[in-house]
Amino acid sequence: MISLKRTSGGVRVDDKKDLSAGSPIEPAGIPGELVLFLSQHTGAPSKPVVKVQDLVKRGQLLAEPQGAISAALHAPTSGKVKAIEPRYHPIQGRLVDAIVLEPDGKNEVFEGVVPRARDLDSISGEEIIAFVREIGLVGLGGAAFPTAVKLTPPADKPIDTYLLNGAECEPYLTSDYRLMLEEAEVVIFGFRALLKAARVARGIVCIEDNKPEAISAMQRAMSPFPELDLAVLPSRYPRGGEKQLIEAVLGREVPPAGLPLDVGVIVSNVGTAFTLGKAIRTGLPLVERVISVTGEGVTRPSNFLALIGTPVSYLIEKAGGFSGTPGKVIMGGPMMGISVKSLDVPVLKGTSGIVVLKKEQVKKDKMLPCIRCGRCVDACPLRLLPVWMAAYAERGLLEEAERARVLDCCECGACAYECPAKRPLVQWIRMAKSEILAKRRAQNHARK
Amino acid sequence: MEEKLVISSSPHIKGPKTVRGIMLDVIIALIPACLASLILFGWKALLIIMASVASAVASEALYEKAVKREVTVGDLSAVITGILLAMTLPPNVPLWIPVIGSAFAIVIAKQIFGGLGCNFVNPALAGRAFLLAAWPMHMTRDWLNPLTYDAVTSATPLAVLKGTGQGTLPGIKDFLLGVRLGSLGETSVLALLLGGIYLIARGVIDYRIPLGFLGTLFVGTLVFGKPGAFFQGDGVLAILAGGAILGAFFMATDYVTSPVTARGRLYMGIGAGFITLLIRLWGGYPEGVTYGILLMNLVTPLIDRFVVPRYYGYAHDRAAKEAAAGGR
Repeated sequence: MISLKRTSGGVRVDDKKDLSAGSPIEPAGIPGELVLFLSQHTGAPSKPVVKVQDLVKRGQLLAEPQGAISAALHAPTSGKVKAIEPRYHPIQGRLVDAIVLEPDGKNEVFEGVVPRARDLDSISGEEIIAFVREIGLVGLGGAAFPTAVKLTPPADKPIDTYLLNGAECEPYLTSDYRLMLEEAEVVIFGFRALLKAARVARGIVCIEDNKPEAISAMQRAMSPFPELDLAVLPSRYPRGGEKQLIEAVLGREVPPAGLPLDVGVIVSNVGTAFTLGKAIRTGLPLVERVISVTGEGVTRPSNFLALIGTPVSYLIEKAGGFSGTPGKVIMGGPMMGISVKSLDVPVLKGTSGIVVLKKEQVKKDKMLPCIRCGRCVDACPLRLLPVWMAAYAERGLLEEAERARVLDCCECGACAYECPAKRPLVQWIRMAKSEILAKRRAQNHARK
Repeated sequence: MEEKLVISSSPHIKGPKTVRGIMLDVIIALIPACLASLILFGWKALLIIMASVASAVASEALYEKAVKREVTVGDLSAVITGILLAMTLPPNVPLWIPVIGSAFAIVIAKQIFGGLGCNFVNPALAGRAFLLAAWPMHMTRDWLNPLTYDAVTSATPLAVLKGTGQGTLPGIKDFLLGVRLGSLGETSVLALLLGGIYLIARGVIDYRIPLGFLGTLFVGTLVFGKPGAFFQGDGVLAILAGGAILGAFFMATDYVTSPVTARGRLYMGIGAGFITLLIRLWGGYPEGVTYGILLMNLVTPLIDRFVVPRYYGYAHDRAAKEAAAGGR
């Protein structure tokens, strides 16, 4: 077991994981329509290789990656390509091209979907990387960064440690917890494949201490492998953030605007490792994922194995429908997720949960003047000073906000959660960030 | 139904802490000291506290009505100002003293600068400083004998210790219980500590401010004093005899007028303790807590500018300092 290094900031949150922690992962089934955005991931959108009216099968390639940072897209089930058209993207907040698939209900598996290897001795690191690219694997923790890119860092950035992120610090969400509990062996198999692909000698599984059952399941699964170690983190949001995890477990700090590989680390989510582990053994690409559908606002909080592209409305229906009047439907966790206005939107590769809050829970707090209590400063995991960043941002003082390192803010929301005056600190900071970046783009453009 | 879904920026959940809840905690923490003042100084104490609170709340409401701002007495901060000012008054002052003092504290020190969060000095202490300057006789002479409630004009323990007054010193036990001459709420150390510990345990105040304040006072008195001169070199007496505990736990910890970073708050405590020490050593007043804190209130923006944490991912805190120095 790894002893923890430095940790800073963070807040104690009522995690509400009890709602769905006891629900085993169950298949959500096949909805009437699947909407698969060509832009599921960080980077360039993928390029369709099918046409409207084409018949496709489960696991068949729909769109291929374009450029260095991109990911392939596959059909989650068999059916007909109904349309390739712009649909409303819940994260990007605009119309984005999507492949619309009409399932035929037969769920026929594509002929190319065959087991790739029984064990890791029969597949090389290069083959794993190629396979990761082939199956369209992206980070399932939320950011959906193409995994193959992570596994091939530049030669001048040696990697010595691979962290498997099972912290799941967002309140409500239990998808990673259930995976570690039910599929620890596959998760560890996938993690070892990631280690092999990235040629990293040491792997550390990181879990928050509010998941003792998951910790013991994972411990059992990893015990045969001396290269794997365990780090138990105190449950304090946002300890599972990539930067926070690296600081807590390794005592290293990712430089501003840098990546974990700058400090010799790769971080992947347990869902990513699970998908790879399962894919190596079955050949099935990333076409489904575990999604917690939870919150006080659903009747039967659940953990579903859902096809990518399934509409949110379908999953809520599967979770027994709304309990009471819904106030907010959040894609992702309640701290960093995005609230949606329509339930027609589909889930993406990066969607770890759908949280429904009741109308009563979504009261608008009255904002009071800042009393300078400093709780936001104590809460910030990056040791920034939200009190000033937000004050500058609120007043439109962009230069001052930038000097206060507003661009370093990871928008985790810990400061706004703690603020007793209920000030929308993150909202102001986010606005300042986008204005500063827009200004920069305009300046760069003018220079060209 | 769908169009009724709320769309807003994350985070979508908020913590349970509210400004009003925090203020309520401070009021709860002041109750032991208020009760002690009732026992020690009788009904006069109650009248002073009530007059002070009533004046503070009324001044805030009237001023806000007059300038057509939202009336904010519901946040309870004016109640705290009223209680705190009362705590610093001699128990035999005429009732118009707390009334005027609280009105000054609220209107001049707080509301004129924009109300809660905008004042740059602690309102209650500003009110006390004003009273001290305007009616020094009342503020340094209107004492009551504890428990017997007799009016006396003899010297407080602090003045005795300083050598500016004649009298005998109470024992440690009397200091702890508060059986000695002094202001309404400053005498019972036990009651104040009870409240202070409650505030620290509830996460309302940062222990660094009282620690820095009282620690500096303690060590400084040991270093600068000796038998027969300056507090007899007795660090414990230096903490017990005046208003240091009241100031350190309840006044210097005022959010609005103390630094926002943990390290900054430690410096604030040390600074206030040091200035108190200087005034007690060489100043004309026997007590220095009021001015010690008020001066540090004024230095707080400077502390916030220069005492900043080392941001995550930055090797040195220079970048952070530049950032904090920008534009404010």
